[in-house]
Amino acid sequence: MSETHIRPVPFRGGGFRPVAKRGVGLIVFVTLLALIEWGTRTGWISNLTLPQPSDVAMTLVDLARSGMLWTHLAPSLSRLAVGAVLGVSAGIGVGILIGLFSHVRAGLIPLVAALFPIPKIALLPLFVIWFGIDEASKYALIALGTFTPTVVATYGAVDNVDRTLIRMGQSFGLSWLSIVRKIVLPGALPGILSGMRVSIAIGIILLVAAEMLGAEFGIGAYILQAGALYDLERLFAGVVILSALGVLTSWVIGRLETRLLRWRT
Amino acid sequence: MELTLEKVTHRYGDMPVLQDIDLRIPTGEILCIVGPSGCGKSTLLRLIGGLERPDEGRVLQDGAPPPGCLNPLTYVFQDFALLPWRSVGGNVTLVLEDHRLDGDERAAIIDDVLARTNLSAFRNALPRQLSGGMKQRVAIARALAVNPAVMLLDEPLSALDAQTRELLMEDLVGLWARQPFTAVYVTHNLAEAVRLGHRVAVLSRRPGRLREMLEIDMPLDERGVGDARLDSVQQHLWHLMKDEAMAADQELLDV
Ligand SMILES: Nc1ncnc2c1ncn2[C@@H]1O[C@H](COP(=O)(O)OP(=O)(O)OP(=O)(O)O)[C@@H](O)[C@H]1O
Ligand SMILES: [Mg+2]
Repeated sequence: MSETHIRPVPFRGGGFRPVAKRGVGLIVFVTLLALIEWGTRTGWISNLTLPQPSDVAMTLVDLARSGMLWTHLAPSLSRLAVGAVLGVSAGIGVGILIGLFSHVRAGLIPLVAALFPIPKIALLPLFVIWFGIDEASKYALIALGTFTPTVVATYGAVDNVDRTLIRMGQSFGLSWLSIVRKIVLPGALPGILSGMRVSIAIGIILLVAAEMLGAEFGIGAYILQAGALYDLERLFAGVVILSALGVLTSWVIGRLETRLLRWRT
Repeated sequence: MELTLEKVTHRYGDMPVLQDIDLRIPTGEILCIVGPSGCGKSTLLRLIGGLERPDEGRVLQDGAPPPGCLNPLTYVFQDFALLPWRSVGGNVTLVLEDHRLDGDERAAIIDDVLARTNLSAFRNALPRQLSGGMKQRVAIARALAVNPAVMLLDEPLSALDAQTRELLMEDLVGLWARQPFTAVYVTHNLAEAVRLGHRVAVLSRRPGRLREMLEIDMPLDERGVGDARLDSVQQHLWHLMKDEAMAADQELLDV
């Protein structure tokens, strides 16, 4: 074989393996903002299309200074917390029952399938009649909205628990309760947590919808007021707060996952 | 405690899997069961341990389990079946938690079985940090912790490489030599069967019938790799099984 024919074997194995790239997300974000800032300043983007990011930032700072940020954020957070806790815990409970008992499964899966695609916002008037215009109807809306995805994620997670582990538990004579507590639940936890990401995002969407329909304070109400006045800076300030809320909850669940699922590779 | 199988027959749907199996599992002995793939070895083990009910015939237990026995019929699975979220110690504790034991007793049992399987140093390790051989040692430790009357092992070494298998066989022989236990050991590896079995039951291809029962009256700890007598027994087993295995291999599975 002559010298010229010797070369390394071409490498073909790269890609298809997500690796954590720190800071890339931030770079994309900052570049986008800088681009918009530049566009709005030069007039390349008209200020009816998008507000100037720096103005939005100023609005946010003013909001925080005046204390109004907290006035709007506090009721929103408590609505989200109460509604999501109700919906998610009921969803996990029902999902586990569906996963464990064939009768419950046969009875409830069609019901959940029927509830899932209903736009819950459409039911808000109904909730207002049932629970009044106050907080209760908002809690109910968020709870129902987070309930159905949680149920679906939970029973899927229970179904996916390794059957050989359950058989092992039975063969050692573990009680039914022990099998559920020590094998089924921990085995289903990864699926339940990833379902919670979806549920809580839906919860935030519904929170805003509920607040738009009847609330004095809250991020949704703030956005609605701004929108009515075509005050784009304040509108976007509200949207930024919502995004931050989404990032925050997703981060919290991520932390929960690394804490609780350390056993995974 | 002794187990006896009387005319055990089992079917899945219309397909007979086991036919008229008569078997005695005496105390203090390891009974190996070999047979071509799909002949119903795992099914037989599930019937013996009460995870399934035979269609016909009976599995009988004679006498009471020994004192201190927490789970008379205890399995060791091929795929280890360890809880990935529990440490080595936690996986062993799992099978003791449902029993009324005081803390000292429990700790003593765990220390004892981890020491017997050379796992004391790995007590806090998670399963994902362990090699296959170590995982199976944990599963064996867990089985020993309940002090079983009969251990039921379904191809416990099949997922391991040849060297690890050799090491674990030596471990099992050592465990048995120090404290004889009763076991039914299902395998498709004839070398394992002649190393570990006091008796070897050969099943025919599906539907599995008992073709032959071989006794190997050579103490376990004297059996080594490449022993001429064991080799001849293994040859004999292979002759018994060869045609069956070939026929089983050619069979279409319409299940
Ligand atoms: N739960 C079940 N339902 C229906 N058929 C089954 C079931 N379990 C096993 N079988 C069938 O019964 C036959 C015997 O299965 P079994 O697992 O007992 O064989 P085996 O001897 O352990 O085989 P292998 O050597 O592959 O482990 C196989 O044909 C299998 O497909
Ligand atoms: Mg098998």
